[in-house]
Amino acid sequence: MIAIGHSGPALLASFLASSVECVEALTVVLAVAAVRGWRPALIGAGLAGALLAMLVAILGAGLGLIPLASLQTAIGILLLLFGMRWLRKAILRAGGIIARRDEAANYTSETGALQSVPARTRGWDAIGIATSFNAVTLEGIEVVFIVIAVGAAGGALLAATAGALAAAALVAAMGLVLHRPLARVPENALKFVVGVMLASFGTFWIGEGYGIAWPDGDLSMLWLIAGYLAVALLCVAAVRRIRGRAAPAPVG
Amino acid sequence: MARVKAIGREIIGLFVEDVWFTVALAVWVAVVAAARPWWQAAQPLGAVALFVGFALILADSVVRAARRD
Repeated sequence: MIAIGHSGPALLASFLASSVECVEALTVVLAVAAVRGWRPALIGAGLAGALLAMLVAILGAGLGLIPLASLQTAIGILLLLFGMRWLRKAILRAGGIIARRDEAANYTSETGALQSVPARTRGWDAIGIATSFNAVTLEGIEVVFIVIAVGAAGGALLAATAGALAAAALVAAMGLVLHRPLARVPENALKFVVGVMLASFGTFWIGEGYGIAWPDGDLSMLWLIAGYLAVALLCVAAVRRIRGRAAPAPVG
Repeated sequence: MARVKAIGREIIGLFVEDVWFTVALAVWVAVVAAARPWWQAAQPLGAVALFVGFALILADSVVRAARRD
């Protein structure tokens, strides 16, 4: 019952969050491919993918041994902190307080850094492989956390994994076709939506762990999503107003 | 060692960006847990307290950040 009720939101949250992280990793992998060739880029990304898959398998199996109430509370707290961090940042970006992420600029910076190190003509290109591996691992750790946290507490690990794999496949396919970073992906809007969803998941699971009787059972998740969305939009309006009083808002 | 530290920083960074914001959320989680005997008898007070507390902490944090920057 819980698994069915949470599979849809778990899949969607995992897909959207993983898309954001995959786009960020793709920028570095493409930079490695452009400067040092596809071989080290794909070897590094493949090794990182294998490591992350192992992490999901080990952690996913281990979590089954923890009592449900403790698991729900612990994962709820981590999801809340993670989701609120994303939501806070997305609100401040939407309000113009902090700069938005620029994948094209990051790509230029990465290619510049990689060009400064001479490429090897024979054998393994350790720099290229390590750069690609590090980027995919670092961004992937967030994906692993989201998949485990969103999936494990609600018994929707398969749905969350499917969402993450679908996002990785979609972003990788777009990267291979376009051969340039996905600078037009509305990264902040995605982070905003995912932040709302993860904060809602976190609040719900903390409540479940504490034995709170949610007014509409599992459907309360929708009320939480609506509530956080309303609060977040009000926050964006408030931040813009404060910024507008302090200085004129940038165009665009 | 430097690599282990970098991984540790990365993992902590998943959950903590503004220390006071994280502490405030954690404190509210603890307050609601400690107040369980009161809200358990008056459901859905616990659900409302949990959500309203987190929402207010978020609103306070972004407004403070906007005023500061």
